[in-house]
Amino acid sequence: MTTAGQQFLGALSAAHRDRLLAFARDRSFPAGARVFDEDAEALRFWILRSGLVALDAQVPGQGSVVMETLGPGELLGWSWLFEPYRWHLGAQVREPVEAYEFDAPPVRAAIEEDPAFGLELTRCVASVAIGRRLRACRIRLLDLYGVPHVPSEGSPA
Amino acid sequence: MTALMTGTLPLPYRVVRTADETPDTAGIVLEPSGTPLPEFCPGQFAMVYAFGAGDIPLSVSAVDGHRLTLTVRSVGAVSGALRNAAAGSTVGVRGPFGTGWDVPADGDVLIVAGGIGLAPLRPVVRRVLAARERYGQVAVLIGARGPRDLLRPGETREWQEAGARVLTTVDRPAQGWSGDVGVVTMLLDRAAVAPAGTAAFVCGPEVMIRATARELVHRSVPAERIQVSLERTMHCGTGHCGHCQLGPLLLCLAGPVVPWDRARPLLSVREL
Ligand SMILES: Cc1cc2nc3c(=O)[nH]c(=O)nc-3n(C[C@H](O)[C@H](O)[C@H](O)COP(=O)(O)OP(=O)(O)OC[C@H]3O[C@@H](n4cnc5c(N)ncnc54)[C@H](O)[C@@H]3O)c2cc1C
Ligand code: FES
Repeated sequence: MTTAGQQFLGALSAAHRDRLLAFARDRSFPAGARVFDEDAEALRFWILRSGLVALDAQVPGQGSVVMETLGPGELLGWSWLFEPYRWHLGAQVREPVEAYEFDAPPVRAAIEEDPAFGLELTRCVASVAIGRRLRACRIRLLDLYGVPHVPSEGSPA
Repeated sequence: MTALMTGTLPLPYRVVRTADETPDTAGIVLEPSGTPLPEFCPGQFAMVYAFGAGDIPLSVSAVDGHRLTLTVRSVGAVSGALRNAAAGSTVGVRGPFGTGWDVPADGDVLIVAGGIGLAPLRPVVRRVLAARERYGQVAVLIGARGPRDLLRPGETREWQEAGARVLTTVDRPAQGWSGDVGVVTMLLDRAAVAPAGTAAFVCGPEVMIRATARELVHRSVPAERIQVSLERTMHCGTGHCGHCQLGPLLLCLAGPVVPWDRARPLLSVREL
């Protein structure tokens, strides 16, 4: 939708958006590039401008299992903001990506120095990135498109 | 009023052909063996009898004169019998029942479908793409359980070529799937439609409908411009038995297509 409000940067006030973007550099990734691996230190994060990135986990016997994909406007990575600052999942590029890339330590330092900036950025990560994805994840847990549940005898009504 | 007019008498329809769409879903083309029913509008449903098994509500997924196309997913006795109906066999059909989709003549159009919910929305997509030049952005967002559960991928590619932005996502990717993974609401920000001038059409499992409609309202799409297709148990289809009641609405008459401003307060009431 063209309402920028739902996308990560659009959810920040203009002043705080500019403040964050002052830390950004342009970055491209080709299809197939590995952006980060599970359990590695989360030293950077990205806001995607185009392309598609898959978040994956290594599952024994199944290889790399994709949990979710992220597209334009979305924040790639939030483990840089919370201890222990390690990635919980891996990330691999599916369609060539253009992104803003940020080094995490200076952004974390700015969050500590400027509580108003810190609060808004943290709120934005919590609501736009984590909250939305959590809601989506919970809906997937319901397995809505699976075969409808046939109540068995004795199961609660 | 005759039984035909009141929709109480099933009329015989011949199965012209069937085509598997997914492992548990088939498209069935029917034509009247004798007297046809009145023409169906997109969004309306029929009560379809598999003789010896029973009857179930099915939405029309294409209408060509008196020829009806239905898409049926096998989840139980009747849907299983219909999904496996042989070409040349006869089924009984009552209808048309309920409200149809109100397709605007212009503006942006956003179609959000989950699983089998794409079937009743097909006629909306086709109607809009048949007059593509009249519309602004046209986006079709499709969610399914896995790649093999996607209905007619060939047709959705044709929609893309005809000027729709078609985005597809699956909950459970299989090896070799290179597209999106996640729920369909995660695609909304890529739809590129202008919220205030968009007509949105949503069909799928009810939890998916509620989540989608809420996200759309959050993005400033007016609730009255969001149409959703709701399912409740249907029996008579004519407003007499009360099986399909949702609050004050009998969905066989006032639905299945209902604007979100009307549906929203009713869907937040816990079922007894
Ligand atoms: C207005 C309307 C339009 C519909 N359009 C279509 C369509 O185009 N294609 C299609 O495949 N299905 C459609 N359905 C759903 C279809 O009617 C049901 O799948 C069918 O009634 C199941 O009957 P059955 O005898 O095969 O299974 P049953 O033995 O009656 O049910 C098997 C399982 O399916 C569940 N179930 C039954 N009905 C529904 C339902 N409505 N939603 C979710 N779970 C249900 C039951 O709880 C049970 O667990 C529509 C329903 C409505 C109300
Ligand atoms: S199905 Fe009987 S009243 Fe609606």
